Amino acid sequence: MKATEREQPLIEVRDLKEYFPVLVGMFRTKPLKAVDGVSFSIRKGETLGLVGESGCGKTTVGRTLLRLYKPTGGEILYKGSPVRSKADITEFRKKATMVFQDPYSSLNPRMTVSDIIGEPLDIHKSYGSPAERQEKILDLMNRVGLNSEHAARYAHEFSGGQRQRIGIARALALNPDFIVCDEPVSALDVSIQAQVINMFDELQEQMGLTYLFIAHDILVVRHISDRIAVMYLGRMVELADAAEIYERPLHPYTKSLMSAVPQPDPKTARANQRIVLTGDIPSPLNAPSGCPFRTRCAYATEACGAEMPEFREVSAGHFAACHRIDALND
Amino acid sequence: MSMLLEVKDLHTSFFTPAGEVKAVNGVSFNLDRRKVLGIVGESGSGKSVTAYSIMQILERTGKIISGSIRFDGQELVNAGEKVMKTIRGNRISIIFQDPMTSLNPTYTIGRQLMEAILLHTNRDRQQAKERAVEMLRLVNINEPEKRIRQYPFEFSGGMRQRIMIAMALACEPDILIADEPTTALDVTIQAQILELMKSLQEELGMAIIMITHDLGVVAQLCDEVIVMYAGSICEQGTADEIFYNPRHEYTKGLLRSIPTAGTAGTRLKPISGTPIDLLNMPKGCPFAPRCENAMKICLTERCERKQINKDHQAACWMNVKAEMEAAQGGTYA
Repeated sequence: MKATEREQPLIEVRDLKEYFPVLVGMFRTKPLKAVDGVSFSIRKGETLGLVGESGCGKTTVGRTLLRLYKPTGGEILYKGSPVRSKADITEFRKKATMVFQDPYSSLNPRMTVSDIIGEPLDIHKSYGSPAERQEKILDLMNRVGLNSEHAARYAHEFSGGQRQRIGIARALALNPDFIVCDEPVSALDVSIQAQVINMFDELQEQMGLTYLFIAHDILVVRHISDRIAVMYLGRMVELADAAEIYERPLHPYTKSLMSAVPQPDPKTARANQRIVLTGDIPSPLNAPSGCPFRTRCAYATEACGAEMPEFREVSAGHFAACHRIDALND
Repeated sequence: MSMLLEVKDLHTSFFTPAGEVKAVNGVSFNLDRRKVLGIVGESGSGKSVTAYSIMQILERTGKIISGSIRFDGQELVNAGEKVMKTIRGNRISIIFQDPMTSLNPTYTIGRQLMEAILLHTNRDRQQAKERAVEMLRLVNINEPEKRIRQYPFEFSGGMRQRIMIAMALACEPDILIADEPTTALDVTIQAQILELMKSLQEELGMAIIMITHDLGVVAQLCDEVIVMYAGSICEQGTADEIFYNPRHEYTKGLLRSIPTAGTAGTRLKPISGTPIDLLNMPKGCPFAPRCENAMKICLTERCERKQINKDHQAACWMNVKAEMEAAQGGTYA
């Protein structure tokens, strides 16, 4: 890899905002700030894990990033150039695809496997002849470990794990650089989960793929990611190297999140001092003033309610947004 | 004193247009008072059906074919609906996976909580209401007097699951069956619920059957563990035995395949193949088609459950092989 390539991130997101209008009362709407000023970049060949509780905006980040939603604000850069116009988006979508969470609802039940996998090829007209199309489809099926005899079958004939393979083959159809994986293994059984996780790893090695891996299972994210970002109420609260954030989280929210992970080991589980958060994640419609986490934070002071903490680099490559970070970690 | 719950050779089948599905195929276990038993398995392993059989809340197509379920000395199989009504929700309670759909959206949670109390105890409405408030307080719901007048949609997922727990515990059951109670919840909320269940179990002294696919939840909470595959128990033992001394190839495979902090940067070791088709059960060990150490006998004959030590049983031919090798002092081909 050339030095210039290393410096230039494949994907860069700057101050991304996504507000959804929500009806309050009869005619008035209020913006629901699903994503409120998120910035990060992903290097080529890297896996960035994105974790957080449901409703924190992690799925919205993935979808807005692919321009499935029009961002309310901010900018998305692919290889350094912004993705803005319709033409940009069409080009971008050839190189950036998505694997969805639910392998049941994300595959059209009326289409055969070969049509599902071939659809992106059809849309972007990326084949010369029907024979070439078929060849590409069979190659993709082979790549994700599906039997080519199954090409003419329908999605309902497959198990959850195999369906997820179909979804992955579809995401790979246009030979992308970047895939947003939105909870791709959470609907699968433990024994199948490992097969699919390994496949993501292998495909990344073979094809030089870059992933944004969104999941709520921290052990899975820890396994697959190079770096991990933690979101809370539409904002990023911490971002660091995967081992670093898992072993030495700085933000009180990340700390409680990491300690809440149910360790599959009775002795560790018994010894584990869990930081149990009280209460639930507040509604993004009524986000608290200042630091969004302060209502559940054991260390919140008055200052936390006054001002939004800055997302800053605390140590090399370790970012966090907390007013009390120095007081809590010394 | 006899065991609180004794399940012996339970067989439960579903009769579908495609044929008989043997969802539970010869399951036996005991549950002692004040113990937490985990039942682990993948979807289709029969763990939920085992629980539903105990409660006798199977769907219409499902039926207990044979076997015995003795609860506190009383036989429940064929005991009849009248007897079950005195037990269900009163002495054995269940909480389900999805707290969103388990509550009736058209009634206040107070009314739903009081229903069980009025049905099973001699309390009048006022006392039932007091009990409902007390239960909500027990599961850490703030301002319970106000909250009992609210509807389910006014609560978050974690709170609804706590309300379900409150409802299940309102009559002080001897057994609480929890069917994937935290699967739909976030880790931080899961930690709250598990912590709550643990403290309530210690406080009220009930037994818990924890049904889950998450080995992390099992490690957190359970004294005893049953591992199920394709409707039968492949391994049973104390949590430490199952995690640190697994003696069934399926359990070993499961433990190997889960990502942990130490697996980053390496490949996981998944169990190959796909989950079993219950309509098409193999003749021998149900796990044999996916087992990398399967021997000839595994494909033709099912292994009986064997005692490994006093805290541990497993049904795997590998143990028999090891035993024979030990007896002969050499390797057995």
